Amino acid sequence: MLKAPTPEVDPGTALPLLDVRDLTVEFATRRGVVQAVKKINITLAKGETLGIVGESGSGKSVTSYAVMRILDRAGSIAEGSVMFSGLDLRGASEADMRNLRGREMSMIFQSPRLALNPIRKVGHQIEDVLLEHAQVGNEDVANKAVEVLEQVRIARPKERYHAYPFELSGGMCQRVVIALALACRPQLLIADEPTTGLDVTTQKAVMDLVVELTRERGMSTILITHDLGLAAAYCDKVVVMEKGHVVETSPSEVIFKAPSHAYTRKLMRATPRPGITLRDLLPEEEAARARPVAHNPVKADEAPLLVVDSLVKEYPRKGATTSLKKMFGTTPVPESDVFRAVDGISFQIARGESVGLVGESGCGKSTTSMMVMRLIDKTSGTITFGGEDIGAIPARSFATLPQRKKIQMVFQDPTDSLNPRFTAARAIADPLLRLSDISRGELRSRCEELATQVGLPLQFLDRFPHQLSGGQKARVGIARAIALRPDLIILDEPTAALDVSVQAVVLNLLQDLKDSLGMSYLFVSHDLNVVRLLCDRVIVMNTGKIVEQGPTQRVMDAPEAAYTRDLLAAIPHPPV
Amino acid sequence: MAIMLKRMTLIIPNLIGVIIVTFLLTRALPGDPAAYFAGPAATKESVEQIRKSLGLDKPLIVQFGSYVSELARGNLGNSLTTGKPVLTEIKNRLPASAELTLFGLILSIVIAVPLGILAAVKQGSWIDHTCRIVATAGVSLPVFFTGLLLVYVFYYILGWSPAPLGRLDVFASPPTQITGFYLIDSLLTGNWSAFRSSLNQLLLPGLTLCIFSLAPIARMTRASMLTVLASEFIRTARASGLDSRTVIITYAFRNAMLPVVTTLGMVFSFLLGANVLVEKVFAWPGIGSYAVEALISSDFAPVQGFVLTMAILYVALNLLIDLLYGVIDPRVRLEA
Repeated sequence: MLKAPTPEVDPGTALPLLDVRDLTVEFATRRGVVQAVKKINITLAKGETLGIVGESGSGKSVTSYAVMRILDRAGSIAEGSVMFSGLDLRGASEADMRNLRGREMSMIFQSPRLALNPIRKVGHQIEDVLLEHAQVGNEDVANKAVEVLEQVRIARPKERYHAYPFELSGGMCQRVVIALALACRPQLLIADEPTTGLDVTTQKAVMDLVVELTRERGMSTILITHDLGLAAAYCDKVVVMEKGHVVETSPSEVIFKAPSHAYTRKLMRATPRPGITLRDLLPEEEAARARPVAHNPVKADEAPLLVVDSLVKEYPRKGATTSLKKMFGTTPVPESDVFRAVDGISFQIARGESVGLVGESGCGKSTTSMMVMRLIDKTSGTITFGGEDIGAIPARSFATLPQRKKIQMVFQDPTDSLNPRFTAARAIADPLLRLSDISRGELRSRCEELATQVGLPLQFLDRFPHQLSGGQKARVGIARAIALRPDLIILDEPTAALDVSVQAVVLNLLQDLKDSLGMSYLFVSHDLNVVRLLCDRVIVMNTGKIVEQGPTQRVMDAPEAAYTRDLLAAIPHPPV
Repeated sequence: MAIMLKRMTLIIPNLIGVIIVTFLLTRALPGDPAAYFAGPAATKESVEQIRKSLGLDKPLIVQFGSYVSELARGNLGNSLTTGKPVLTEIKNRLPASAELTLFGLILSIVIAVPLGILAAVKQGSWIDHTCRIVATAGVSLPVFFTGLLLVYVFYYILGWSPAPLGRLDVFASPPTQITGFYLIDSLLTGNWSAFRSSLNQLLLPGLTLCIFSLAPIARMTRASMLTVLASEFIRTARASGLDSRTVIITYAFRNAMLPVVTTLGMVFSFLLGANVLVEKVFAWPGIGSYAVEALISSDFAPVQGFVLTMAILYVALNLLIDLLYGVIDPRVRLEA
């Protein structure tokens, strides 16, 4: 069995734990060989935390897969060497690699729920790893697994041992994944976007846990992320990657204060942070060209566009929990049979106003937006839109009413929200064909007009979604939403799936459209920094209730509710 | 247990529907049983008389009422051609059909599932291509043709197989009836000559059904394995250094089993249909050949009995598959 020699702790002169030299990774594709990673050099000392930062397609994940030698079939290391504690990983046999994986080097992935076997108890999954690497005998393995779960701060580890992944929350699943990765006390942990898709407070808890455990054990960590703030907060050293190249490697305090490469500066600029305006996100030359953000003050005398009053949405509780409780009789007080997803909220949106709706997953923000969008029916309360009580109209019949045109939506995932068999032009034309009496002849010119408005070059109109980039797809989604000249657009995390530089452009586009078309926005997001830039007012929700609402500046800088303070404190900021 | 009971109650409306439909369908079939039994030389009066004695002159609803009330007493009626009660015939013949179908299906699973797994793991290799060729060939040959081909090669040319005449060769005596499955009964009673004889007889028809059902099982296993192998938890398992056996069997295959089990259910019902032809080719005394004969002679009672038996089998099979889902996937257990 291979056992990597433990180098003396003497950073600087000692052999680095991981030494990647001139690594080139190639993928065989239908259109020939593509180099995903080109001649990169990375060194990682023992006990060091290294951040690899870059946008999608930069090759940061591929680098880590190459180190672990878990590239898929089409990928291969074409050039260079990977030395791990003096072992040549490129030349190691598959059996040796299997021995190293999980025992000396392990990996945690994004989307923790998908990273676990859905039909195997989490305890057994941990046992598989322990037994594979002969960490304990068969008789002690269950105790050891419980112990490992305890180390990642999972409450009631003995019970959780028997849980399936679908019975645990996202944060809890990520703890299990961490437990799995650290069960055999490896020397190197590679965390690939470990907190993407988790709430900020969960993200903080998970990252703090990783840092604490790895420090305690003197482990080295590679943190792969697109979030500069996260890298700055947790890493000693940062590697910036662009299109397969390493463009900059510096200690993290240096890189954020004095980024030397143009790409790093661009990334830094595009990252939403406090104290800047929307235009500051764009590269310098574009920011100079852009119009200043128009401030059309909301007229106090004008009636608000949307008034939501004591809105409630209840769902019947799922049978499982209630029947379990009945079985064990643990609840003396019979719990109500309904779950209040939205619990009596009231707010208003004025014409031309942009309102942010923030909160963590499960707080009811999506349910609220769906009710305002009239996709689902409320339980009680009123939704008044332009003086009409649209809440009283059943969601099913709303789709054919003239009011449908006035409220439109931009969805979270720009890819999934487009029909893959529709061209961009057809997607944009869809609402026009369904809800307006536009003639065939005018249709194309209207689509072109809309494409121009959202900055989509006209030659892309006849492409299918898979032929468009993420930013272009987002533009199609926005063009579709504004096609009917709505008064209110509900934006459900429209930039969550985009890279920061694309996000910067899309956010600015949204602002420009609002200024020129005079629409109102209800911007649903968990990213407070983005909300700060785009929204005039913000509503903070927690467990179905509004905990705080007010002008963005006031809420962000002087939050009144303790929950808002917690949310704000959990955001990692790059030290600018 | 509660889930099972709940699932069982759902069967009842299914069965009621099946009873109504089979009754109506058999009445809608062309051919007049009364005329058939009266014979070609019968006069109009004698046909009418037979019609009356069979109860076929009464309105449809009355006929249905008497059919259901007989059914409730466990009486499926008598066959007009053989004169024997349908229930006894089906009871005698069902084990033969069931043994053949199950044998074919199990043989097919044993070959197709590993083939599908290998084809997925070594995608694009010669195993993958073999799997594709075998599957395509198997599904494109009709069962009566495969059956005849096998008989021609293994009985007529090579002489390895016994004559394709029934469940046992003429010299062997059937084992004591316990389950009605000769293979199992002869094993239980230690009757080795009967075991060998029935296995020999079973091989060719079983193989015929097996070849027919290889394709859907192997292809579904492969497709389902490919999807699962590309998923993220497989990557996690690999990154934790689990050996490929554990990754493929415990992690991938168990997850890939749900669609395979669904396919098995469908394949089983295809086989019940394909059986009718195979039984004819191999002179197998099963319910398939019985039903075909009854159908040709417009003999209502056996046809109704046959369709009802098949429906019950099918419903029971679906129940079994639903329960299997629960065993495989804990998420299904929760929803049920």
